[in-house]
Amino acid sequence: MPASDAADGDILRFADVAFSWRQGDAFRLEIEGFAVQRGESLLIMGPSGSGKSTFLSLACGIVSPERGEIAVAGATISDLRGAALDRFRAEHFGIIFQMFNLLPYGSIVDNVLLPLIFARERRSRASYDGDPAEEARRLLARLGLESALHRRSAPTLSVGQQQRVAVARALIGSPAVVIADEPTSALDRDHQQAFLDLLFEEAERAGATLVMVSHDATMAPRFQRTVELGSLMRQN
Amino acid sequence: MAVVRLALLSLWNRRLTGLLAILAITLSVTLFLGVERVRISAKSSFADTISGTDLIVGARAGDVQLLLYSVFRIGNATRNITMQSLHEISARPEVAWVIPLSLGDSHRGFRVLGTTPDYFEHYRHRNRQPLTFTSGGPFDDLFDAVIGADVAAQLEYRLDDPIVVQHGIGSLAGQDHDDMPFRVAGILAKTGTPVDRTVHVSLEAIEAIHIDWQGGARKPGPGLSADQVRNLRLRPAAVTAAMVGVNSKIETFTLQRFVNEYRQEPLTAILPGVALQELWSLVSVAETALSVVSAMVLLTALLGMVTMILTTLNERRREMAILRSVGARPRTVFGLLVSEAGLLTLAGVALGTGLLYLLLAVLRPAIDARFGLHLAIEAPSGGEAISLVAIVAAGCLAGFLPAWRAYRRSLADGMTIRL
Repeated sequence: MPASDAADGDILRFADVAFSWRQGDAFRLEIEGFAVQRGESLLIMGPSGSGKSTFLSLACGIVSPERGEIAVAGATISDLRGAALDRFRAEHFGIIFQMFNLLPYGSIVDNVLLPLIFARERRSRASYDGDPAEEARRLLARLGLESALHRRSAPTLSVGQQQRVAVARALIGSPAVVIADEPTSALDRDHQQAFLDLLFEEAERAGATLVMVSHDATMAPRFQRTVELGSLMRQN
Repeated sequence: MAVVRLALLSLWNRRLTGLLAILAITLSVTLFLGVERVRISAKSSFADTISGTDLIVGARAGDVQLLLYSVFRIGNATRNITMQSLHEISARPEVAWVIPLSLGDSHRGFRVLGTTPDYFEHYRHRNRQPLTFTSGGPFDDLFDAVIGADVAAQLEYRLDDPIVVQHGIGSLAGQDHDDMPFRVAGILAKTGTPVDRTVHVSLEAIEAIHIDWQGGARKPGPGLSADQVRNLRLRPAAVTAAMVGVNSKIETFTLQRFVNEYRQEPLTAILPGVALQELWSLVSVAETALSVVSAMVLLTALLGMVTMILTTLNERRREMAILRSVGARPRTVFGLLVSEAGLLTLAGVALGTGLLYLLLAVLRPAIDARFGLHLAIEAPSGGEAISLVAIVAAGCLAGFLPAWRAYRRSLADGMTIRL
């Protein structure tokens, strides 16, 4: 599907994209056409080593494709370079990793406020009701982290608590897209469910599109759409 | 600003290693500045070894040689000045005062100087300070001696203790002027000059102890007793050198020319300040070596800091990836590490400077009393301020190495968190 044919409601669009980490690398990601709609919740499945992290790196502009076009919220990020790309990522993406999402120093409120250092628009949105730190505390409270924890540093929290702080950080200032890279893999099953509940609820409240990658098929029913990364890849 | 705050928080998280790096820089900065202070103070103390004296006159010799034996009591004069010449110089209209100096004897390793009581009035050191007595006063009797602070301290002499002067500078048996012992009449306060290591007696006393001597050995047979000597009219025929003060500074050169062109006897007159500077230039190699060593110590401390930052980079890879994911530019990662190095160095420089002043304030009286070295407590000089700024700049520059590595890595790692 060529990019020009995509609907205006697309928040993320890949068109004829090719990328490899190193010249002549055995692994090469090639995606002919792929789009995510605004407000959609999407699960991208794939076994480890299938290029999920590479796909996310491309989507949020940590790396630029060798060829093709990637558009996010109407902007062609594959044309952006350097500082402009970093600024764009800061403004439009909230990113949650598998684990170790947080800086070991500073309080968890500091961690939640981190993206606002680099994203002016998100900062002004987060300051709408006053102090951004206030907004951070509100988000943390909604995610079940009581105020007694807010002054603590990340390493003193449980893994589950840390992942919820990461959600608050991803959502502060309402970015357009929340990208989650196997965010539940470090949690046990009970906590996984509770975590996903919170993530869906807060992403919806913030009006963010949720894109998650995982190798775990059991959570597929919760998403509006599930795709296999392998099916997106151009067949050689 | 936010980046500096991040750097501070990150440093606080690694405060033990950070503090050690700061400590190393602090100590090396203190050493560096301290060496500079001591160097400058030593130089000015040295230049102030003798002040208030306009000319030093001695037998024809090199300027430094004359200075060495007349002021520092190092080495010997080749010849003496006759009293005749000295009288002629004293009679010049430019001359305000002349103090004869007669050297050649010693007391247990300390030089004995024969002079006049005027010496205690006209000898000036450090900022034209006169000599002061901790006890007693100038010599009065023929066999009175005034000893310097080091002599008193090392030989544990008190007022009225007896002293036997040795002939010459070595200590050979049977070469003592033991027939005529002296009495300690005064002890001088510490000056940090060769005066501290000198036994002062009157010019007449030098004559008196040599009255039974001829050609460097004692005449055989029983000599004169001390009381017999007291009744003699002692007139020294020659002295080793003389300190001269002029009425007006402008006349110094006129008098110097007169002495240097004196016909009856080959003489030299030197300006002590100029000769002191000449002498200092001889030891300035050691001075430079000292500065180089302290600069090396400083360099080592900065290298230690860079090593510290480099070794933490591995464990901070995750930190860098997180920062990149929230939108930090590679440049920010670079700036983070450079400002970290800069902050460590700045803290080290500030603490090191503070420590220096603290040490100066605490140790200054002890150093002054012990070594006669007057350390000035004053704001850093222009040169020192430039050095301090240069150290901070060097610290930031040193941070470029780990910063560049982190920068390259953060580009290569992308969003994957490698552990």
